[in-house]
Amino acid sequence: MPNEFTVVVNGVNRHISAQFDTPLLSVLRGDFQLTGAKIGCGEGECGACTVLVDGEVVRSCITPVGSVAGRTILTIEGIESDGRLHPLQQAFLDAQAFQCGYCTSGMILTALALLQKQPHPSDDSIIQWMQGNICRCGTYQRILTAIRDAANAPAGGAR
Amino acid sequence: MTEEIIKTVGPGVDQSGGGPRPVWSEPDAPTIGDWLVFTADLQVEVYSGKAEVGQNIRTSLAQAVAEELRIPIERVRLALGDTARTPFDIGTFGSRTTPVMADRLHKVAATARQVLLQKAATTWQVPIDEVIVANGTITHPATGRSTDYWQLAAGQKLGEHWGDNAPVTPADQWTVAGQSVPKFAGRDFVTGRHRYTPDLRLPDMLVGRVLRPPSFGAVRTGLETSAASALPGVQVVIDGDFVGVVAPNRGIAQLAIDALQVTWQEPATTPPTDLFAYFKTHPAEATGYHRFAQVAYDLGAVAVGRALADHTLDAAYTVAYIAHAPLEPHAAVAEWQGDTLTVWTGTQRPFGVQDDLAKAFGVPEVKVRVIVPDTGGAYGGKHTGEVAIEAARLARAAGKPVQVVWSREEEFTWSYFRPAGLIEVRSGVRTNGEIVSWEYDNYNSGPESMRPPYAIPNQKVAFHPAESPLRQGSYRALAATANTFGRETHVDELAVLVGNDPLDFRRKNLHDARLLSVFEAAAKQFGWGTTQRQPGRGVGIAGGTEKGSYVATCAEVAVDPGTGDVKLLRIVEAFEGGAIVNPDGLRNQIEGAIVQAIGGALFERIQFGDGRILTNRFSSYRVPRFADVPVIEVVLLDRKDLPSAGAGEAPIIGLAPAVGNAIFNATGVRRRSLPLCGG
Repeated sequence: MPNEFTVVVNGVNRHISAQFDTPLLSVLRGDFQLTGAKIGCGEGECGACTVLVDGEVVRSCITPVGSVAGRTILTIEGIESDGRLHPLQQAFLDAQAFQCGYCTSGMILTALALLQKQPHPSDDSIIQWMQGNICRCGTYQRILTAIRDAANAPAGGAR
Repeated sequence: MTEEIIKTVGPGVDQSGGGPRPVWSEPDAPTIGDWLVFTADLQVEVYSGKAEVGQNIRTSLAQAVAEELRIPIERVRLALGDTARTPFDIGTFGSRTTPVMADRLHKVAATARQVLLQKAATTWQVPIDEVIVANGTITHPATGRSTDYWQLAAGQKLGEHWGDNAPVTPADQWTVAGQSVPKFAGRDFVTGRHRYTPDLRLPDMLVGRVLRPPSFGAVRTGLETSAASALPGVQVVIDGDFVGVVAPNRGIAQLAIDALQVTWQEPATTPPTDLFAYFKTHPAEATGYHRFAQVAYDLGAVAVGRALADHTLDAAYTVAYIAHAPLEPHAAVAEWQGDTLTVWTGTQRPFGVQDDLAKAFGVPEVKVRVIVPDTGGAYGGKHTGEVAIEAARLARAAGKPVQVVWSREEEFTWSYFRPAGLIEVRSGVRTNGEIVSWEYDNYNSGPESMRPPYAIPNQKVAFHPAESPLRQGSYRALAATANTFGRETHVDELAVLVGNDPLDFRRKNLHDARLLSVFEAAAKQFGWGTTQRQPGRGVGIAGGTEKGSYVATCAEVAVDPGTGDVKLLRIVEAFEGGAIVNPDGLRNQIEGAIVQAIGGALFERIQFGDGRILTNRFSSYRVPRFADVPVIEVVLLDRKDLPSAGAGEAPIIGLAPAVGNAIFNATGVRRRSLPLCGG
């Protein structure tokens, strides 16, 4: 039997009826039409499905929705404010830190969690932190630049 | 929702023709209006059957049109990869978009400019050379009259023919082409708004999954579907050998697949104990694109050359099967309306998939429309239409639209691989460093770039197609990576044999000025020959030419003396492919190709056995990640006097031999197999 859950997604209370172990990714994409988190590997190895739960990096493809009941979820669709890009989004654009773009949501959210913990990380810290996110087009060098630039942006990347 | 999706590619102009199509040809749509239209919303809409898979052609092709029409690039939009709207296209591969499609659009747009300027001149009764166009506005300064393309075209498709003599703008006068224009609609990719095929949603759409056999060649001997069918909203679809399910969502679809009770008879298969010996003993007819390739070259007499040699060297090199592993798995959404089928799918060959679908369902091609949403990576791995057929089969049975997105395991198992291969080289060199004899045999991997760029008087070069235990196909740069690895490693060995610096040795044997110039440019930036030797560190150089582009790569590596582990420290790559269309886009492609090359060079290898792919997940198949990436420096040579070549492929070929040569330089031990670190 499905369970009833409440989660806060991008600042909005959402009610869902789902099995406890339904992947969070399926709920986000299927029930909430939030398709910014991507289907990549189904085992938490590629990072394309990354969202933040209470500010922590979560691989939504292997996270049971029941385990995030009552918690606060941030997806790529929730980081703009008043139609303005988040500094990290702007930095990815400025650095052209993508090719096909399929990894981009996960990269930005993973980096956002880092900058919230460490506003000015070293390159080594960034590389270590981002190690779980795959970009098959190979734009890692540009992503590193974008994260560094966002950290140093006047508005700050950790916002 | 269908309407909304269609709108994203603009208002429809049905140009899909029926009838047979050439197996291997480029579009012959003769009129300007086949390729571009001045739309009511004051845009220029361009139609090309190419697919955007991350190589950024949606931007570079728009640059070509904006350049020739003298309009801001914001006024150009492209309808790409849509069989109902674009002229026939053979497919997005072979680095052909820039040399062929961009060249074509330059000519089409330049002809459109000329035709409409002439129309203005005729209307105003003034000489055409007094009419000028800038920023989309057409003026006759002497009389102050002005108009624009949209008024002149008056909503009509231009029926005039374009041709090779169109007044295209020379590259040294480009103002839009040649610039670092950012990716079209980049904002949609940093906001998550772009809809890839797995993100599409049609009304009443169901999710499909396909039952896969446990191993290649397994035959189904029993099937009990009642438990699966009992799940809410599940329908089991059986169509000959095909078994699939449709369900309200992906989770239930997977439960349904798991609930199918199936018995299989698996053939006893043992993989070859020595894959590379197997290729030699199992010749086959050339298939696929190899049917079109030249597979043997002869020059002089290798025996004579060998007799002249002071040293001879025989060595064999191997490359493993590797996977494309695009982050967006194969995916399709199919919708039937009567006997008319529309499929959205991430493919490099929309017209090829249209053909596959028409054949699979026995409907005319004009009844099948294939649309390619900008896709999350392909790298040569998305040429075939299986997932489209699966979605269409399930949709037909369900009577509703169906989406199929392959799992990562399906992606690794039921796609195809870059061919493995064996390369044998028998060469002769004189003590003065002159290569005098070159026998070269490539088994299975492919003929691309196998002809040496060196001025060797006696050559015998051949590609030998072989039976492959695994399904294989295109991969970025095809066999140019394997052949450049075999050749450039062997050349490095010859340089060592005669005590030459590897760069000097190449200078002696290389008469190709374009290739020499990238070698010199890479070496200069790298500081070749000026670095202090450090224990455990080494440098290597390699280069080659493919698809009209020239590339040279220098690598510095550190090798752990205990474990043999290799760390890349610095890569410098010089590239020349004629006139540069988009410098930053080109840099991005080259950087990305280098990173992708690191995987195949150091650790990527598909392992298989018992009819199964054993490395079928990212946790068992390692691809390059952040920590694998060294300092990468790209040197671009801009030859505005030469036509632009494609740049998505050639930049991948130089890395593996440069790194292998650097490992030898560091350790004195030659590694002749890719991946260099065992995989």
